[in-house]
Amino acid sequence: MAKHKTPLLDQLESGPWPSFVSDVKQEAEVRAKNEKDVNYQIPVEVCEDLLGVLELSYTDGETHWKHGGIVGVFGYGGGVIGRYCDQPEMFPGVAHFHTVRVAQPTAKYYTTDFLRQIVDIWDMRGSGLTNMHGSTGDIVFLGTTTPQLEEIFYELTHEADVDLGGSGSNLRTPAACLGMSRCEYACYDAQALCYDMTMEFQDELHRPAFPYKFKFKFDACPNSCVCALARSDFSVVGIWKDEIRIDQEAVAAYVGGEFAPNAGAHSGRDWGKFDIQKEVVDLCPGKCIKYADGKLEINDKECMHCMHCINTMPRALMIGNDRGASILCGAKAPILDGPQLSSLLIPFIKVEEPFTEVKDVVENIWDWWMEEGKNRERLGETMRRMGFQKLLEVTNVKADPRHVQEPRHNPYIFWKADEVDGPWERDVNEYRKRHQR
Amino acid sequence: MAFVSSGYNPDKPMENRISDIGPRDFNEFLPPVIKNNYGKWLYHEILEPGVLVHVAESGDEVYTVRCGTARLMSITLIREMCEVADKHCDGYLRFTTRNNVEFMTDSKDKMIALKDDLLSRKFDGGSYKFPVGGTGAGISNIVHTQGWVHCHTPATDASGTVKVIMDDLFDEFTGHNMPAPVRIAVACCLNMCGACHCSDIAVVGIHRKPPIIDHEYLDNLCEIPLAVASCPTGAVRPSKVEIDGKQFKTVAIKEERCMFCGNCYTMCPSLPLSDKEGDGIALMVGGKVSNRISMPKFSKVVVAFIPNEPPRWPTLTKTIRNIVEVYKADANKYERLGDWAERIGWERFFEKTGIEFTPHLIDDFRDPAYYTWRQSTQFKF
Ligand code: HEM
Ligand code: HEM
Ligand code: HEM
Ligand code: HEM
Ligand code: SF4
Ligand code: SF4
Ligand code: SF4
Ligand code: SF4
Repeated sequence: MAKHKTPLLDQLESGPWPSFVSDVKQEAEVRAKNEKDVNYQIPVEVCEDLLGVLELSYTDGETHWKHGGIVGVFGYGGGVIGRYCDQPEMFPGVAHFHTVRVAQPTAKYYTTDFLRQIVDIWDMRGSGLTNMHGSTGDIVFLGTTTPQLEEIFYELTHEADVDLGGSGSNLRTPAACLGMSRCEYACYDAQALCYDMTMEFQDELHRPAFPYKFKFKFDACPNSCVCALARSDFSVVGIWKDEIRIDQEAVAAYVGGEFAPNAGAHSGRDWGKFDIQKEVVDLCPGKCIKYADGKLEINDKECMHCMHCINTMPRALMIGNDRGASILCGAKAPILDGPQLSSLLIPFIKVEEPFTEVKDVVENIWDWWMEEGKNRERLGETMRRMGFQKLLEVTNVKADPRHVQEPRHNPYIFWKADEVDGPWERDVNEYRKRHQR
Repeated sequence: MAFVSSGYNPDKPMENRISDIGPRDFNEFLPPVIKNNYGKWLYHEILEPGVLVHVAESGDEVYTVRCGTARLMSITLIREMCEVADKHCDGYLRFTTRNNVEFMTDSKDKMIALKDDLLSRKFDGGSYKFPVGGTGAGISNIVHTQGWVHCHTPATDASGTVKVIMDDLFDEFTGHNMPAPVRIAVACCLNMCGACHCSDIAVVGIHRKPPIIDHEYLDNLCEIPLAVASCPTGAVRPSKVEIDGKQFKTVAIKEERCMFCGNCYTMCPSLPLSDKEGDGIALMVGGKVSNRISMPKFSKVVVAFIPNEPPRWPTLTKTIRNIVEVYKADANKYERLGDWAERIGWERFFEKTGIEFTPHLIDDFRDPAYYTWRQSTQFKF
């Protein structure tokens, strides 16, 4: 028998999409029965009370969670988000309901052994509820009490060999697309780079030393499956420099209808026969594809690397061989000064172990941002306040038309003394010799 | 419920402490067929919605079945996923950025058995545990945040809105019937942890009333200078009030400057702003992050406010359904929602969807606003 009546939430059990309400109820039941005889370290009714407090929010249209307060594990500035219920008498099981962020394996592959190991810890010491995964990428364990935090951390590090993720004004848990592990479009090894940089910057991840949060994200091609250039301060997006490789026989197979365009992505509707002129040539933003006499030609110099032709005919077209990445900087959500996408800083960089070139760029940016960034100012905002030129300067990158969509609209240029011939400081008396007052 | 120690000694926190070890090395978790063909994939095909095959140079194949999840999930469900992965996939599985779970096998037969098994599993309430889909020109799972389940600043719920939207868009999740992929995100407040600002369709929780000031407690609970500094529009200033003859140090809020972002509340618990009638949803459309064909772009607000109607948010789901249907009928193959709106013109977007254009939809926030006004006689009647 459920502890709280939840008539509103119950309406979320119907419909085909997986119901989180059914799932939380299922966990509540498992805990109540405790057939495995788990020595629960937090209140057994935690799931029941979560449903209860959520039902209350559904009734009165307002959240019932309070501010975090400062909780965490010794020596770390993040990884735990404090959370308390504002109706603890009604819902004692969730009076304390802190989140633990656990570092996810890059690209989120798991063995069942590892998953079972960490959920066993969470069974005994937490609510048994999770997010797989939090928006940043971490495994999110939802809901435990303060005395359990060090215990969880101890068991995670000692038994499961895994660390907490990031929160607060520090490096956040980096994330990558699945790249070379299962994608033919990968222009560099996003997983290897992501893992390497995560390990290299553990200190920055656990001990807040930045003006505000900082995120790395790694997409191995311009399709941007983890949305690096929209979601991270430092966005690394794979790209190639040379020619798209063409298999003319496979092109003919697409034209002839043997292969479905876009790997079958449009199979649910009759779009008519594949029309290479209309569907590939005409949509190319570089206007650099020609299809004549059964032969596809690409003028690669004008290619914009948009991926459309490759996505549309994956068996016929392949990324080039001279591969690397572009680095873009400064994406952030709207708070405070409006949303920003990352801006292109480095059009092409080789990405090879030990990844020194990429790390140098990050370290130069951090040196500058930690010096100049105001409290709670994201990199993108510092860039806006100080100017893109400043970023070029601190990273020693030469200005390039690729850095802009178009040149500036005004000649209000901040010339510096050393850019102008002759003395910068001038004597007014000398001037007055030539011009009367 | 006796306390069980893990071995941690609170008197000597540094004793046997392990820290800064990071995540587990992903190489330990790659299924053999993935490991053997790492970086050597030739092409892929979507065999049917939710089912992919990737073919490697070696001739090896990996079949992937992708399933939606609620993201908020119990360990009982995770254990069930492990059971499925042990049974069909040699004990491996992976999750996607959009909260899907993927099961991989190395042959077509195994894939079919796997898919049938996944589709046969349902919750007691009747919903699928593992709906198969989320590929190609369809609507994949929704990226979202915590909402009323776990956060202190939400203006709407996330898990509930996602559930009702995906129930309504289930055929689009399990089908390839759209002109191009449609990416949906839900963020329950302007912090946009779920980062909506570049999604085809973005649901954003918004507050519409200024903070309530808890004068008698404010100075005890908050650093007044921090609360003042937190406001992006400079609406908060230090102040004093007298209540029952007692003087309190507090803050005052210039209401006409407030954009209801909730930053001050994050800094100061004595400035709550949630409100049943005030809170609700802004709907944004037309963003994208992929570089395909057109450049990435921001989402734009097309409905300034939709009320919270828990548990099933009928106005929200109806509004989204309408936009999806009009886009589906009118857009060209490969054309993302934002590209379609730009091609036909935003004046046509509002005409075709029947959504009313209101003054709230004209930007008036700082410099970028100007660049969204029309400086031309080029427009359509
Ligand atoms: C004033 C600013 C912000 C505050 C006070 C804030 C606060 C929070 C809190 C309290 C949580 C935890 C929710 C929970 O699990 O209980 C959270 C989660 C999160 N925040 Fe923020 N946040 C802010 C800005 C942002 C911004 C701008 C972003 C970026 C896009 C962001 C990204 C995230 C992400 C990704 C999560 C995890 C959400 C999830 O997985 O459900 N936050 N934030
Ligand atoms: C480098 C400095 C500048 C030079 C040499 C310059 C020179 C000129 C000249 C020669 C004209 C055409 C006058 C005519 O015969 O009608 C003109 C027009 C104009 N200038 Fe400039 N100008 C300069 C800077 C500016 C600035 C800073 C502004 C405004 C912020 C400005 C605004 C205009 C405008 C509005 C016109 C009239 C344009 C039109 O009738 O279409 N100019 N300027
Ligand atoms: C340092 C600043 C400026 C300089 C040096 C400047 C200079 C000039 C000059 C040389 C002209 C052409 C006059 C002519 O036709 O003989 C002009 C015209 C004009 N200026 Fe300015 N201007 C400045 C700032 C501005 C600003 C800030 C504005 C508007 C906001 C402005 C608006 C105009 C307009 C509208 C005209 C053209 C009027 C017409 O078309 O007949 N100017 N200005
Ligand atoms: C596959 C689709 C998407 C996924 C899985 C996704 C997921 C997320 C997640 C998890 C976050 C949290 C950021 C973090 O903590 O790291 C986020 C933030 C964000 N997302 Fe998305 N999102 C997607 C689509 C988009 C799109 C299409 C855009 C826009 C172009 C976008 C723009 C953003 C932005 C700007 C942020 C905030 C970045 C920040 O300030 O950290 N997202 N997104
Ligand atoms: S971003 Fe590119 S390389 Fe990475 S998974 Fe997506 S399509 Fe593949
Ligand atoms: S990648 Fe894009 S720009 Fe380059 S040739 Fe193909 S369609 Fe054209
Ligand atoms: S979007 Fe806002 S309300 Fe939602 S989890 Fe993030 S901070 Fe909390
Ligand atoms: S809600 Fe935002 S704009 Fe309004 S007073 Fe608070 S910080 Fe300022």
